[in-house]
Amino acid sequence: MSSATRVAQSQREQPVPAAEAPPTGTAGSGAGGSGTQALPAAPQPRQARDYSSYRVVAAKHPWRWVGTAVVALGVLAVAWSLATNPRWEWGVVAQWFTAQSVVNGLVETLKLTAISGVLGFALGFILALMRLSASPLLVSVSWTFSWIFRSTPLLVQMLLWYNLGYLYEKISLGIPFTDVRFFEVQTTTLISQFAAAVLGLTLNQAAYSAEIIRGGILSVDQGQLEAAAALGIPAWRRSTRIVLPQAMRAILPTAFNEIIGLVKGTSIVYVLAYSELFYTVQVIYNRTQQVLPLLLVATLWYIVITSVLSVFQYYIERHYSKGAVRNLPLTPLQKARKFFATHAAVPNRRNL
Amino acid sequence: MTATLTAPTATRGLVEITGVRKSFGPTEVLKGVSLTVEPGGVAVIVGPSGSGKSTLLRTINHLEKVDGGHITIDGKLVGYAVRGDRLHELREKEILKQRTEIGMVFQNFNLFPHLTALENVAEAPVVAQGRSKAEARRRGLELLDRVGLKDRAGAYPRQLSGGQQQRVAIARALALDPKILLFDEPTSALDPELVNEVLDVIRELATSGTTLIIVTHEMGFARDVADTVVFMDQGQVVEQGTPQDIFGNPREPRTRSFLSKVLEPAFNI
Repeated sequence: MSSATRVAQSQREQPVPAAEAPPTGTAGSGAGGSGTQALPAAPQPRQARDYSSYRVVAAKHPWRWVGTAVVALGVLAVAWSLATNPRWEWGVVAQWFTAQSVVNGLVETLKLTAISGVLGFALGFILALMRLSASPLLVSVSWTFSWIFRSTPLLVQMLLWYNLGYLYEKISLGIPFTDVRFFEVQTTTLISQFAAAVLGLTLNQAAYSAEIIRGGILSVDQGQLEAAAALGIPAWRRSTRIVLPQAMRAILPTAFNEIIGLVKGTSIVYVLAYSELFYTVQVIYNRTQQVLPLLLVATLWYIVITSVLSVFQYYIERHYSKGAVRNLPLTPLQKARKFFATHAAVPNRRNL
Repeated sequence: MTATLTAPTATRGLVEITGVRKSFGPTEVLKGVSLTVEPGGVAVIVGPSGSGKSTLLRTINHLEKVDGGHITIDGKLVGYAVRGDRLHELREKEILKQRTEIGMVFQNFNLFPHLTALENVAEAPVVAQGRSKAEARRRGLELLDRVGLKDRAGAYPRQLSGGQQQRVAIARALALDPKILLFDEPTSALDPELVNEVLDVIRELATSGTTLIIVTHEMGFARDVADTVVFMDQGQVVEQGTPQDIFGNPREPRTRSFLSKVLEPAFNI
């Protein structure tokens, strides 16, 4: 089979030297690779040909255009059906989108996300350091924490925290195994819906972010720590100034995944009848029966939040890529500015 | 070399290594190594890979804890404090303080990639020696100038060539005004044409009165710059002496066999 193709090739290339166009002929078959085998019969010195006056014709990609057309058609069809199908009830969506109750729910969602996100990652950072420490106790406590909170459903955790008063009627602060109490309170007054929601989301988030942060720290070369230690840089400073900024590059993409997940994850607190965005629209559509349009209201808000977070993610990642890439790529804003600057400058140059 | 011997300021930086042992798991990489480097001296350690050269270097600034024997710098024990008839392990903070007197340059540079050349050089003097930021920057620029990189002060390590990175790393080690500088195969990760720019910087340091201990495979450089050449093999110092002795007239058969392998190609150039 391979010999057959070789014969076919040599037959095809035999006519090339005979075609009376030596320079272009060698260039063409030279690119093929096997053309040199046919040529050694004529080892005359090659003439360098000047191509500088030739016009370059761009390669054509007809299938790319076909693909583009098909996809464009699909996008158009979806947009058309969204706009013209009356059952989407865009009027209802618009009416509720900025309604006071929905906006209140949105604020609660943002509050829950921000608080449990910050607390979750702070606790996660501590858990990650514990896991990487030399103390076997700290390592196993951290491991067990992640193990428990990652293996139980968030829904169960949430209900458990909310019903903590059933398990422990009072919560008190004192010296263990004695009767000394500094502070004592009914569990039900301490654990409100909000507290249960924050507690559940935070602890769950901490378990996941601990692993993300640990992964980021492990991705930093051991030589960095060694160099810092050899320079006498203290341990805390080594973590915060040398290791963490480098670990951030590995941490950030996954961390933003988590935060975006958390934004939507907050909707789970509807089981506590806590009036965040999702619970609010549920209450409304149970009353008005406009289920889909109201779910759309919530969906659009989640999309808005995610979009804003994505912009933050872009700039924060860019900040931490300093030194990791030789030259930072332009931001979309800088690209736009450059585009307008160069296009505005053209007429000026002509005037000169 | 003669300049080193006559360096008048070399009153600090005496390194005495006595019977140092170190094992990693079942393999003993240092089997009782003893070595003395005079203040301002330049000791070059050569030997086949796996002979324990790098490990020995890393015990001097306590990056590796020794299993036996001891190391003193200007008579002070590294990593331990003597109280009565006991050796107390130093705490992290005290070890870090000792390390500021010992600069180290690594084979893979280990510059901090997210900091500029100047930030790399100016970091340790501020956090480890409590100098002011302005002073550390001024001194950092001076040192970058000394290694010929003043105009690249704002560059990140990845924007520099290997040779430039290693020169920044040397400036970073010098920023703490160490008594002793340790070089762990400083040119092994470099392209051949970049080796000399780094060796030139080290050569200049050899006359500065700082004690230098250098692990290298560059035999020509070792002959040039060393006042003591130490040949190590299998965790032991086999032979040590002046470059003339070791390269011209090695006594031990192991030294002779090693040198015959590494010197030939160097002379063919």
